[in-house]
Amino acid sequence: MPSGFSPQDFRYLLPELVLTGGTLLLLIADVLTPRTRQRWLYGLAVAVLAATGVALASTTGVRAEVAGGLASVDGFALFFKVIFLLSAAITVLMSSRFLEIEGARAGEYLFLVLTATLGMFFMASGIDLVTIFIGLETMAIAFYILAGYIKPNRRSNEAAVKYFLLGAFSLGILLYGMSMLYGLTGTTQLRAIATALASGPPGMLLPLAVVLIVAGVGFKIAAVPFHMWAPDVYEGAPTPITAFLSVGSKAASFAMLLRIFVEALPQFRFEGLTVLFGMPVGWTTVFWVLSVVTMTVGNLAAITQSNTKRLLAYSSVAHAGYLMIGVVAGTARGVTAMLIYLFVYLFMQLGAFAIVVVLRRKDVIGDELKDLSGLYFRSPFAAVAMLLFMLSLGGIPPTAGFMGKFWLFSAAIESGYVWLAVIGVVNSAISLYYYVRVIVFMWIKEEALGSPVTVAPALGLVVAVALAGTMILGVYPAPLFDLARLSAAALGMAAF
Amino acid sequence: MDNAAGFPLLSTILFTPLAGAVLLLFVNKRNEDAIRWIANLVALGGFLVSLPLWFQFDLTNPNWQFQEHATWIPSIGASYFLAVDGFSALMVLLTTLMGVIAILSSWTAITERVKEYYIFLLVLQTGMIGAFVSLDFLLFFLFWEVMLVPMYFLIGVWGGGRRLYSAIKFFLYTLVGSVVMLLGILGLYFYNYQVSGAYTFDVTVFQQLNLPFDLQWWIFLAFFLGFAIKVPMFPFHTWLPDAHTDAPTAGSVILAAVLLKMGTYGFIRFSLPILPEATRYFVPMMVTLSIIGIVYGALVALAQHDWKRLVAYSSVSHMALVMLGMFALTPVGITGSIVQQINHGISTGALFLIVGIVYERRHTREISEYGGLSKVMPVYAAVFLIMTLSSIGMPALNGFIGEILILQGVFVVNKAWAAVAASGIVLGAAYMLWLYQRTMFGKIENPKNENLKDLNLREFATFAPLIALAIWIGIYPKPFLDRLDTSVARVVARVNPAYPVNARAGCPPATVVAGAGDDTQVVLAGCPEVTPGRDAATVASAALVPEEGRR
Repeated sequence: MPSGFSPQDFRYLLPELVLTGGTLLLLIADVLTPRTRQRWLYGLAVAVLAATGVALASTTGVRAEVAGGLASVDGFALFFKVIFLLSAAITVLMSSRFLEIEGARAGEYLFLVLTATLGMFFMASGIDLVTIFIGLETMAIAFYILAGYIKPNRRSNEAAVKYFLLGAFSLGILLYGMSMLYGLTGTTQLRAIATALASGPPGMLLPLAVVLIVAGVGFKIAAVPFHMWAPDVYEGAPTPITAFLSVGSKAASFAMLLRIFVEALPQFRFEGLTVLFGMPVGWTTVFWVLSVVTMTVGNLAAITQSNTKRLLAYSSVAHAGYLMIGVVAGTARGVTAMLIYLFVYLFMQLGAFAIVVVLRRKDVIGDELKDLSGLYFRSPFAAVAMLLFMLSLGGIPPTAGFMGKFWLFSAAIESGYVWLAVIGVVNSAISLYYYVRVIVFMWIKEEALGSPVTVAPALGLVVAVALAGTMILGVYPAPLFDLARLSAAALGMAAF
Repeated sequence: MDNAAGFPLLSTILFTPLAGAVLLLFVNKRNEDAIRWIANLVALGGFLVSLPLWFQFDLTNPNWQFQEHATWIPSIGASYFLAVDGFSALMVLLTTLMGVIAILSSWTAITERVKEYYIFLLVLQTGMIGAFVSLDFLLFFLFWEVMLVPMYFLIGVWGGGRRLYSAIKFFLYTLVGSVVMLLGILGLYFYNYQVSGAYTFDVTVFQQLNLPFDLQWWIFLAFFLGFAIKVPMFPFHTWLPDAHTDAPTAGSVILAAVLLKMGTYGFIRFSLPILPEATRYFVPMMVTLSIIGIVYGALVALAQHDWKRLVAYSSVSHMALVMLGMFALTPVGITGSIVQQINHGISTGALFLIVGIVYERRHTREISEYGGLSKVMPVYAAVFLIMTLSSIGMPALNGFIGEILILQGVFVVNKAWAAVAASGIVLGAAYMLWLYQRTMFGKIENPKNENLKDLNLREFATFAPLIALAIWIGIYPKPFLDRLDTSVARVVARVNPAYPVNARAGCPPATVVAGAGDDTQVVLAGCPEVTPGRDAATVASAALVPEEGRR
């Protein structure tokens, strides 16, 4: 039970401390730097993230509860933190030219990106509802501001307001569910909740609490029917933030989801539904339905989009559906599959958004599909990269996306959810239809007008890293698989 | 394996085209002639390095040859495992040869985006070769899917007509089939783990599994969807006429000659030996679909007024015949099926080249636009005649050998099937000869045809090897049949173990009585001194013993 910090805790929390310190440092540096000379702040932000990465490396192999059981430093959290750091670093690198064109200040922007990253860190390592919620709030508030960061842009403002209002509601719902859970068990610690629930009859309120939590989490991962915000926010937000939102925020929310459901509610069943189905329905069944609906709606909606960012938004909704297959499988293999998928998703999704950023020029917004027309003739490198990102998102080997999908579907088959796997593969075939549409625009359609497409050095680095990740993990994924298996083992899977 | 002798022959064959593609990346795209030369030389090199598969192939060795083993993803048991038997060796040779021909045929046909064109063709080569030589199921699947994207681009960028529609249709059809097949692979994978405690994708291990029937049933259907779409079997054939018609010539050639063989290869390599009971159970369905395909494909071909579409539908009919021979489940039938696959590659590949030649000159494929071409293009007409005769199964040419073996194999199982198959061959003669008559004979009615140039040396060079092969197989098929003996024996020993394996060597064959549902029986006859089951088992064990020290 909570008993304050021990000196050892500070060592284990070193990454978070470095990140916090660096974030504050950045804020000070911003104030001291004249507006015209802010370029070096990007370097500072990347340096902070790199330093955090080094600190993170020192916690490898640690498995400990810190701060009196508020957070856990383990392989599971470590894996996610690597994802957060990579996606934050890539976002920062993507942002420099974008913000220059938009004429926006870099300082607060970078500060907010790092703050969101810090929030994600606590979402992944929190094993207490309070820690998780605070992490979530930290991340969410940073994103509300970032979504509306381009002040003169109406779409950006609209995105921010929508995201804020809906996000606040969903957080309220989530908090309501959490408070019920606390009321029922008298504790906020996830493992203690599990113990308390196992010992006695759960009572009438528990199903309601679970439903509220599913809704709150569902909003964050953009699962249908809680996905309505995603296309508008993705379209309106500054493109690098959209990218960060679709990767970092989604990964953090899945980490939170796994923590809450696997550690606190492993045995939960909707006893009330026994009347309908002849047996108690577990939360896996809820996620089965959510998964199927999410991937199907996401894919079907994506087909008709004409805006690249909206298309990627719906595609990201569909990917949340695929990811939930791992939750449904509810095995170590399922969690491993999710970790692997999130890791490869990081590269392909960020890479795709990086190409949208490449297309943003002084005279062209560049986020319509037709802006991609003839990209191959204007920038073969960008077109080849985008081709591979699209194929990877669609799950075509030898790209990393295939390896991720392979794990998810194999987890479903192993756990006996054959129909879920069938629906999943049919969905991934459907998804190819719109990914190929993107390819058709780039490779076959005539050239679009506008100034030449050039890939700035930082963006080029981003695309190259994303491309390398997508291809190397597709051809030789063995090290990633091993790491993910080790990390998944850190989650309290014994309860399954 | 002695003929592997440390040299990674299969990897060399596999990655030569890919290396060529990478090399092309670094050539300036305006330097089109250099690109053409490099692509042609790489393709030729790819063919030359594959020749040891013919000359060094050990006929006395029933094991997998030229094996290569390396770890790939140990945590899930996937490995880089390449090897060939007679069947896949012939398929690889067909692929590398057709690669040379397809690339050579594109010299003047492709004038736009030349660099990417050859890069895609070469990547496609690697995908196809990889699928034929992989004995790791995941690796196979990887190469299987790799083929999709280059083919999509070949149709979508360099095609004609409704090329985008045809390309996406090809892509999505094949993709749906293959992702469902992936689930079947996973089913095998986990079943194998349950019974053996080891995660592996090793096909040779799967081929020794005895799966429960209901699992076999499901996996067969999953594989069926993947392979039947690729073959394509009726009613999954609708992508093929579009894809063939709108693809550039070389794309059609590769599609017909090699890509369609992926489906039949998959059935023989995976479905039959891994899922024997389900295979026997589904014989009536498969035969029915094949028979429909034979007759339907031929009838639709008769009705075509587009030259290329006619050849495309003839493909549907011929591939259905290949399927029929395979599902006779007799050694002769399966051997015939494989030989006919090679023949189909030769003759249909050549027929698409033939359409391509006049299309390049006239930019139309309407049969009515032509007529009397033999007057102005005598060499062309002669080549076309040989290939027409090869396609319709004229004795002394390759088509005859395949068809007679298939008919023989089918006849002993069910005479009615053989009768329908024979009618399809008659229809085949009808539409091909009618096509020949309409395009080559008579007077030149259309003034545009009066000055057509005959084949030049390069164009003739694309046909020469195909003509030589057609005559070789037609007159002396023994070297080909010899290579197939052990491969076919291994398949038959699994899928039809009660069949006397030496039936081809002169014993009166057995009869498979296809009963209702799953009571298909094998009625044995002849060779009383051989106990068929035991004899088959002996051969089976000889064929299935994994090579010592391979692991």
